[in-house]
Amino acid sequence: MAFFSTTKKLILDIDEFFNTIDKGSLVFKEGVSNYLQGNKSRFTENLVAIDELEGKADSIRRKVENELYTHSLIPQYRGDILRLMEKCDDTLDIMKQNLYQFDVEIPHIPKKLHDDILKLTEISVSAIDALIPAAKAFFRDPLAAKDRIHRVYFFEKEADKLANNIKRKVFHEYTELQLSEKTHLRYFTLHIENVSDAAEDVANILLILAIKRIV
Amino acid sequence: MTLFFLSSGLFLGWSLGTNAAANVFGSAVGSKMISFKKAIAVFSVFVILGAVFQGGGASSTLDKLGAVDAIAGAFTVALAAALSVFIMTKNKVPVSTSQAVVGAIIGWNIFSGNPTDYNSLTKIASTWVISPILGAVFAILLYLLVKFIINRSKIHLIRLDSYLRVGLLIAGAFGSFSLGANNIANVMGVFVTAAAPEKSIDLGLFALSGTQQLFLIGGIAVAIGAVTYSKKVMQTVGNNILELSSESALVVVLAHSLVLFVFSSQALQSFLISIGLPPIPLVPVSSSQAIVGAILGVGLLKQAREIKFNVIGGIAAGWIITPIIAGLISFFSLFFMSNVFNLEVAKSGSADKNIDPHTNTSVTHSADSTTSANDAYNYLDSIQE
Repeated sequence: MAFFSTTKKLILDIDEFFNTIDKGSLVFKEGVSNYLQGNKSRFTENLVAIDELEGKADSIRRKVENELYTHSLIPQYRGDILRLMEKCDDTLDIMKQNLYQFDVEIPHIPKKLHDDILKLTEISVSAIDALIPAAKAFFRDPLAAKDRIHRVYFFEKEADKLANNIKRKVFHEYTELQLSEKTHLRYFTLHIENVSDAAEDVANILLILAIKRIV
Repeated sequence: MTLFFLSSGLFLGWSLGTNAAANVFGSAVGSKMISFKKAIAVFSVFVILGAVFQGGGASSTLDKLGAVDAIAGAFTVALAAALSVFIMTKNKVPVSTSQAVVGAIIGWNIFSGNPTDYNSLTKIASTWVISPILGAVFAILLYLLVKFIINRSKIHLIRLDSYLRVGLLIAGAFGSFSLGANNIANVMGVFVTAAAPEKSIDLGLFALSGTQQLFLIGGIAVAIGAVTYSKKVMQTVGNNILELSSESALVVVLAHSLVLFVFSSQALQSFLISIGLPPIPLVPVSSSQAIVGAILGVGLLKQAREIKFNVIGGIAAGWIITPIIAGLISFFSLFFMSNVFNLEVAKSGSADKNIDPHTNTSVTHSADSTTSANDAYNYLDSIQE
């Protein structure tokens, strides 16, 4: 019976882990929005929140890792699943770093670019939003997970396109900006775009895992 | 003295334990789904239970093949089988104890002049073909069923893992019980006529007959073999032919257990007769053959290209070589026992006959063992000629 209660706890922990990543993506989106609106106090709250979520995800991941190895659970998939969780954790880490970069470097983002930056953030976060249900589905229904992954690839491509448009605008149309400002904006665009790239990395692992389970 | 003579049977039991435990739990332990300690504990208990409470059926078929009626003969036959198993295992050839015993008994038949019951031999030899095929068929059906259930139920991977572990333990227990029931005939079958105690032991709830006492000792030897020497075999045998997933491991163990069960269950035989179907012969079958058949079944179903056919070829060669080697060792050892130690390896009335190598018919000779030895000399000469 103790064995089954360990199993139950572990399932809850894994679900909690993915929920934490999901919450982190929402906080990130809100944080970028608050920064652009100049809402300093709310932005600081977002920073604290994402920091806590990142710590929580780390701790759950280590707990799951410990349980899987201590009880020799899912020996066939253990390594792959821990890699999947690590990579998911990386996406949250990237989002946290992004918000900290906003806080530390205080980039000047022209008002006319706000919508584009918000849109880019939204699309990048959408990749995470599509990833989480796919990752959760993998544990119960690998076929469903495989079917959902294409959404992650779609949002990643969209984020790429939009990021390129923003960079083109910044360097071709915003002649009033100095080169240093343009370069700074280029980097921030890239940072936000990296979130969807990280989601794509996780999706690649998930796809292989799903195929491995289906065959 | 009887205990000394039983030692070769115990050695054979030990050899069986080292190999067969790996067949039952190899894939589960190899894939780290079940710990070695847990596997061995379950195996030991259930193999003894199977041997004691359901071991009678298959042993009577072996008895018909050749009722070794002198204890020194039984000792030599079991020793020959054990030695051939040991030699083959040492040379890393997967081996079937059933085939070794059959080969050794035929060696005794030839030496002692007892005619081989070709009906029983055909029955046994046919299972060497049927059991891997049946193993494959069971595995394919079970695999389809397990996959269907898993896909339909959408169980969480972690929960599925725990169910599979419990399933593997139960299937392993069933496999161990069936193995004990079916293969104890190999270990102790040759001693039933010559060395089974006449007195039953009353244990209150049930009584152990002489044959059951013999099977209990044999079962313990099998369990000791598993405890002392099967760990390495288990860790390598699991994924030898094909890398198995946990689901496939469960299917393979179940299919193997079912094959052993159908060839050893007296209850199933009675049931088939009662509904007017032809009975399945109760014959000791090879657990190695059943497991190889089951693994191949899963492999073919999954169209796995990674099936190592060279490994299968080696195993199949072992199936042909084993009875021949056992037969030869048995014949020469009986010759040695009879002439060097002057031991009675077959009761008079059976030892007074020899098989004419040219006509393959029984030829009557004088009864004493010296004459029997002379016959053997003549037989050897005729082979050399």
